[in-house]
Amino acid sequence: MMRRLKSARTGVLALIAGLLLAPAAWAVELTMYYPVAVGGPLTKIVDGLVADFMKEHPDIEVKAIYAGNYNDARIKALAALKSGQPAQLSVMFSIDIYELIEQDAIVAFDDIVETDEERAWLDSFYPSLMQNGVTGGKTWGIPFQRSTIVMYYNKDVFREAGLDPDNPPATWEELVAAGKKLVRRSGDQVERWGMMIPSTGYPYWMFGALTMQNDQVLMNGDGNETYFDAPATQEALQFWRDLGAVHGVMPSGTIEWGTLRKNFLEARTAIMWHSTGNLTAVKKNAQFDFGVAMLPANQRRGTPTGGGNFYIFKQTKPEERRAAMKLVRFLTQPERTAEWSIQTGYIGTRPDAYETPALKQYVVDFPPAAVARDQLEFATAELSTYQTGRVRKLLDDAIQSVLTDQKSVEDALGSAQKQADRLLKRYR
Amino acid sequence: MTERTRLVGNAVYGWLLLLPAAVLLAAFTHYPAVATLAQSLFTSGTALRPAEFAGLDNYRFMLEDEVFWRVLENNVWYAIGTIPASIALAMLMAVWVNRRLPLRAFVRMSYFTPTILPMIAVANIWLFFYTPEIGLIDQIAAGFGIGSRNWLGNPDTVLGCIIVLTIWKEAGFFMIFYLAALQSLPPELEEAARLEGASRWHFFRRVTFPLLMPTTLFVLINAVINSFKLVDQLFILTKGGPDNASALLLYYIYEVAFSFFDQAYASTLTVVLLAALAIIAIGQFVILDKRIHYR
Repeated sequence: MMRRLKSARTGVLALIAGLLLAPAAWAVELTMYYPVAVGGPLTKIVDGLVADFMKEHPDIEVKAIYAGNYNDARIKALAALKSGQPAQLSVMFSIDIYELIEQDAIVAFDDIVETDEERAWLDSFYPSLMQNGVTGGKTWGIPFQRSTIVMYYNKDVFREAGLDPDNPPATWEELVAAGKKLVRRSGDQVERWGMMIPSTGYPYWMFGALTMQNDQVLMNGDGNETYFDAPATQEALQFWRDLGAVHGVMPSGTIEWGTLRKNFLEARTAIMWHSTGNLTAVKKNAQFDFGVAMLPANQRRGTPTGGGNFYIFKQTKPEERRAAMKLVRFLTQPERTAEWSIQTGYIGTRPDAYETPALKQYVVDFPPAAVARDQLEFATAELSTYQTGRVRKLLDDAIQSVLTDQKSVEDALGSAQKQADRLLKRYR
Repeated sequence: MTERTRLVGNAVYGWLLLLPAAVLLAAFTHYPAVATLAQSLFTSGTALRPAEFAGLDNYRFMLEDEVFWRVLENNVWYAIGTIPASIALAMLMAVWVNRRLPLRAFVRMSYFTPTILPMIAVANIWLFFYTPEIGLIDQIAAGFGIGSRNWLGNPDTVLGCIIVLTIWKEAGFFMIFYLAALQSLPPELEEAARLEGASRWHFFRRVTFPLLMPTTLFVLINAVINSFKLVDQLFILTKGGPDNASALLLYYIYEVAFSFFDQAYASTLTVVLLAALAIIAIGQFVILDKRIHYR
C-alpha cells in the first residue's frame, strides 16, 4: 500500500517536473516554408535534413512546410505575415529579394550574425550565387537550391553530323556553324533541329545568358535600373531571333519550356539550353550518348544563376532569429550541401562542398555534374528589380514579340526600357 | 397572444430562417465585391509606402494600359469563338445520342469524359497535341506530308488553339443539360410530326429547338460566364504568351495580383470584369426571356 502510494507520488512529481521543464525542452519553435520547382522526392530529402537538425538541437523544433512552387511559396509566406501568424524563415525565389524588402518582410543576415566566425560564414559561398542575395551592402538571402543554364547536346547526332562530340561549340559562330550541320531536312521539312532555346515560361532567364555572353548585364545591383535597350542587349536579342529567322538552325516562333526536354530526348533537336535542374531526368531517360557543356561565348561566357535562397522574416523574436540562423547554417554545411547537390542536381553552393569525399567522387563518376559549378565563374545574377514581376513581364513580352516577328528588336526593347524606367523611377 | 405579436413572431422566425444564407452571401459575395470596389480607389500599399486614396487613378492607368486592351480584345474573340460553337456542338451531340444507337451509353460517356477531367490535366494532354514535331497533330499531319507548325508559338494560331481546347472541354458538359431537356419532351410531338410528314430538319427547327430554348438560355449564361472564368489552361499551355497573344482578362488579373503584387490595380480590373458580367447577365435575362417559350 505504502509502496503504491509512494510510486503514485513519484509519478505526480515527475509529471509536475515534466510540465515545468517542457517549455524549456523546446525553447524555440520555427516554421519554415519551402518550394519545390523540379521533379523528384525533394520533400522527403528536406524532411530528413530537418529531422537531423532537431536531433542535434533538441531545444529547437522545426516545422518544414512544403509550399508549392516559387510563386505559391511567396504568396503563402506573405499571406501568413499579414495574418499575424508568420513563419520565421522560408526558402523563396532568389529574385524576390526587392519585393520582400519593399514589403519590409525580411531581416538582413548582417543584423543577426554576432561572431566573426559567423560573419566569415556569410562569405563562404560562391560570389556569383550571392549576387541575387546582396543589395544595399547587406546580405538578405543565403543560397540553397540554386541552378544555372547549361547546354545539353546529343553526342550521337554530333558524330553522325561529323562533329567532334567532345568539343561542343564554345562561341556563337561555332554554335551557328554546328547548328547548320546538325539540322536534318527532308524536302522542305525539318526532321531534326540544330538547337532549341526555350522562350516560354522564363524567356528573361535564357535572355540573361545571351546578354551576359555579350558582356552586358540586364540590371544594376540596386535593382532600380535596367539596361534593356543597351546596344549589346539589342544585339543579343537579334542573335536569338536570327538563329531561327536567318540561320534556320532553330524553329521560329516561341519554343515551349515544358516540352523541350521531350524534344531533346526524342532527338528532334541536337542541342538544348536548359536548367541544370533537368540533369537527373535527362540522365535517366536519354536513349543516346549525351553531353553537358557550358554555354558558348560571344564577348565572354555567361549564364544567369537561378533558384531559391533562405530568408529570415522580420516579425521574429531575437531568439527565433538565432535559432533560424542555426538551422540555415546547419543546412548549408559543406557535407549537407554536397548531399543535397548529389540528390537533387542543384549546384553545391560553396567551394568546400566540392572538397567533400562524397561530392568529389560523384563528380569523378559523372563529370556533367561539375559543368554548372565550373560555369559559376562566369555567372551573373538573375533579372531582379523592384516591381520585379512587372519589369520581368515587360522583358518577356518584348522577347516574345521579336521572336514571333511582331516587332523589331529596337522597338520592342526600346518600349520595354521606357516602361521599366517609368516603374523604377521612384526607387532611384 | 394578440394578432400583432403573432405577426412579429412570424417575421422574426422568417428572418432567422434567412439568416444563415444571408450571412454567407454577405460575407463571401457582397462584402468582397464592395471591398474590391473600395480597394480600386486606393494605391497599392507596401509596408514602406502605405496605401493612399487615389481616386480614379487606377482606372486612368487601365485605359492607358496596352496589355489590358489586348486581353480584353482576346477575351471577346475567345467568347465569340467558344460560346456559339460549344452550344451548337452540345445540341448536336445531345440530339445524336438521344436516339437509339448501338453502344449508346458508351457514346454518351465518351462525350462526357472531357468534362470529368480536371482542366489542368486536359491542358497537359493538349500541350502534347500541339507541340511541334513530336505533338499528335504534327505527327498526323506529317503522315499526309504536311510540314510541322508551331501552333502555340505563333501569335496568329495560339488563341485559336485555346478556343478549340475549350470547346472540346465544355461541349460535353452542356450536352448533359440538353439531353435531360430532350428526354422530358413528350414523344407524342414526334409521332404527330411524323404523321404529318414533317422532315427531320423541319421538326428540329419548329419543335425541338424552340422547346429547348429555356435550356439554351441557361447554357448560354453558363457559357458566357465560363468564357471569362475558365483560364486554368493558360497556366499550362502558354502563360498568356507569346507576347500576350493568348492572355485573357482573368489570367491578367491573377498576374497583376500575385505576380506584380498590385492589389489595387487587380481590384480595378476585377471591378471591370464584374461590371461586364453583370451587364451581360442582365441583358440576357431581359432580352432573351421575352422570346423564350416556357411550357
